[in-house]
Amino acid sequence: MSENAENAGRAWVYGDNVDTDLLAPGAYMKGPVETMAAHCLEAIDPDFAKTAKAGDIVVGGRNFGMGSSREQAAQVLGILGIRAVIAKSFGGIFYRNAFNLGLFALVCPDVDKIASGDLLTLDPAAGKIENLTQGSVIATEPVPDHLLNIVGAGGLVPYLEKKIKGAA
Amino acid sequence: MTARTLTLAEKIIARASGREAVRPGEIVTCKVDLAMIHDSGGPRRVKPVLERLGVGVWDPKRVVVVSDHYVPAFDAESAAILKLTREWARDQQIENFYDQQGICHVVLPERGHLRPGMFVVGGDSHSPTGGAFGAYMFGVGATDMAGVLVTGETWIRVPETIRLQWDGALPDGVSAKDMMLKLCATLGMDGGDYQAVEYSGTTIAALAMTERMTLSNMAAELGAQTGLIAGDETTADYIRQAGGDPGAFVGVQGDADAACRVEHRFDAAALDPQVAAPHSPANSGSVLDADKARIDQAYIGACTGAKLNDLQMAARVLKGRKVASGTRLFVAPASTRITAQAAADGTLAALTGAGAILLPSGCGACAGYGAGVLAEGEVCISSTARNFKGRMGAKSSQVYLGSPYTVAASAVMGRIADPRDFLAEGAA
Repeated sequence: MSENAENAGRAWVYGDNVDTDLLAPGAYMKGPVETMAAHCLEAIDPDFAKTAKAGDIVVGGRNFGMGSSREQAAQVLGILGIRAVIAKSFGGIFYRNAFNLGLFALVCPDVDKIASGDLLTLDPAAGKIENLTQGSVIATEPVPDHLLNIVGAGGLVPYLEKKIKGAA
Repeated sequence: MTARTLTLAEKIIARASGREAVRPGEIVTCKVDLAMIHDSGGPRRVKPVLERLGVGVWDPKRVVVVSDHYVPAFDAESAAILKLTREWARDQQIENFYDQQGICHVVLPERGHLRPGMFVVGGDSHSPTGGAFGAYMFGVGATDMAGVLVTGETWIRVPETIRLQWDGALPDGVSAKDMMLKLCATLGMDGGDYQAVEYSGTTIAALAMTERMTLSNMAAELGAQTGLIAGDETTADYIRQAGGDPGAFVGVQGDADAACRVEHRFDAAALDPQVAAPHSPANSGSVLDADKARIDQAYIGACTGAKLNDLQMAARVLKGRKVASGTRLFVAPASTRITAQAAADGTLAALTGAGAILLPSGCGACAGYGAGVLAEGEVCISSTARNFKGRMGAKSSQVYLGSPYTVAASAVMGRIADPRDFLAEGAA
């Protein structure tokens, strides 16, 4: 089901190959992840971590999240309130990490139809984005059921918790 | 029903998922033969999850823990991470714990933990390195790994296979690293599309295990899930020397007529040394066309570029020569065992004689940790796998990538240089 307009998130649009070192710089790896979040993407956009708001959406091009397996790359986006990343394609490890941490990663060939600051609502199960600013509807690849289940539980840990404690 | 022909990846995944056959695109659950974690993404991140779930690891004998990122400790925080790793390995009764013995992707096969046909999960993106041993090994994040440690299983979307066939003999001064930079430039960093890369051909058959490891390691830079090489006698010999059992999967290959997504062919004999310009391994081209940038630092290190043969390549160039004034050369051997071997065969003496500064065995500056990181505006050429913006230090630093031969030649010249000029001359 589509979200209401008041739940729309603002788009932060970046290009191809946004890598894990940009999202989660190695220099902050040993400290608290909240500190690292304040440096997310600072090498390409110093304003992002300072001004991103809860419910905002990050939009990338090809191979978003390529590089390291560090899941902080997805985690810091969650800490900053980002609820979904939309990209033409994802680094495979980042894609798994995002769902495991309760963050939607939506594959969308038409990211060019989203500009920075556009207001978007999402329907991941149906594979639909509504761009309220431009008055358009954009298709995304549907998310596989088992990943919808994981993200629906709030991530892999709560998902496993239910399974383990349910079985006990 | 007629038996389907299968790729090597499909054969391993079919076995691990308990099926006769699997098809690309299917999502299957596999039993994990071995799980490898390190100090950065391992215990400190999985411990809270296991505590929340109230369970321990599913099988301590199938878990390998390696401290390689924060080594040796350089401040109180890194010391605390190493301590936590040590205590967790002890509490979980994990016997295969390697504390500061080298980088996980090198230590794992060095200590005989890998063999063909295994299904292995590693808590690090360069885990495809294990593919060089005919194991389906791939990297996952910490929460995914916690799921593996709790259940002994993980899900996988059965990949298509991308065949990369290399034939011909590599010219002197050209190495597996150059093959990979060429592949990054040709296919791009998403050319692997999270499918299984499989390397084959006469070039691969002739390569030593350490060089094959470089190919599989940098399957990560192609965006592949793993980089497989079918196990052969070279694989079996290495495993036996490491004290392991090569097992029954040696010699198992993908069926010749198994469907793959695409096959690319390359001529090794025509390959020049390659250099990747900042900030991507895909910005690679022949050293002949590379800009001959002045360098502040040359770095030989990491799982990709500091195995024994990598150090030997550098030593061939550096023996009897000196690192240029105004340039520093750091060498961080990939494991303590490699350091011992390089000391015994004269390799280390050639490196230090040229002015190389030895750093501890660990991930180090490659990932922006520890000693050897770069200041604003500095330029480095490195034998590592990634030159992303800011990865090796300050945001405005510039990192070029090359083979150990090329890094060593560049250290001598103080600018990016073609190593073949040095090898042809012999020792100065």
